[in-house]
Amino acid sequence: MVDTLVFVVAALICLIGALGVVLARNPVHSALMLVMTLFGIAVQFVAQEAHFLAAVQVIVYAGAIVVLFLFVIMLLGVDRAQNLEMSFLPIQKWAALLFAAGSLAIVVALIVVVGEPVTGAEAMSGALGGTDDVRLLARSLFSDYVYAFELTSLLLVIAVIGAVVLVRKPKVTDPVTAEDGGR
Amino acid sequence: MEITTGWYLVLGALLFIIGGTGLLIRRNPLVMLMCVELMLNGVNLSFVAFSRTLDDIGGQTVVFFVLVVAAAEVVVGLGLVVAILRRQPGATADDLSLLKG
Repeated sequence: MVDTLVFVVAALICLIGALGVVLARNPVHSALMLVMTLFGIAVQFVAQEAHFLAAVQVIVYAGAIVVLFLFVIMLLGVDRAQNLEMSFLPIQKWAALLFAAGSLAIVVALIVVVGEPVTGAEAMSGALGGTDDVRLLARSLFSDYVYAFELTSLLLVIAVIGAVVLVRKPKVTDPVTAEDGGR
Repeated sequence: MEITTGWYLVLGALLFIIGGTGLLIRRNPLVMLMCVELMLNGVNLSFVAFSRTLDDIGGQTVVFFVLVVAAAEVVVGLGLVVAILRRQPGATADDLSLLKG
């Protein structure tokens, strides 16, 4: 009974937040609605005994990524309302409608046709062990997925360098400093 | 009513659909990046649901990698947005087409 209540409340929070992200006219409101969705998903993670991921979700997503979004919004000063109607290309609205209706139909069809999606497949990479999910996650991460883990470190380095290169201001060609070698 | 895996999958799918629709109808690049985050979170929820159902830690490990990739994607995406919006304020996603060179 409690499980059902938690799921319904958290799912409503997620969906309202998601709709808010899409429909809010002000980007700041979108970012705050995104925080709401992320917290709802963190609650769902806790309900499914993924405690470590729930903590990471709050710290990394709500704590770092959304703050980055808000920082950029404030830096650029684009926090003014945007007219939703004006922003449509002629074909864009129909493409979006088609995508939404089509994928919604697929989801409903899957629920109706398949019903319970559990296949009864066996665990491939280690069973969950109750509350001890950090140890299991660490063992999986540093044994089976260790190469992928190392590659993500490379990815993060590339992302950091890329961001610095992209955001750096173009070099000013000042004839005075160019002549004497930039002393 | 008992909450089965199917309900989590439906919630994940709905988040994915809302995010995808938002990606199509919004033209502010910042909001589009947020919609991508919504889609990724819908997928993460499905991964965790399957991880629980199949009693397999692999699903949670994949969520971990998705988090890292999402962080990297946001950093590079926001870098691009800052670089373009600084040059021409009020740019929309269409103005990002100059990226094709």
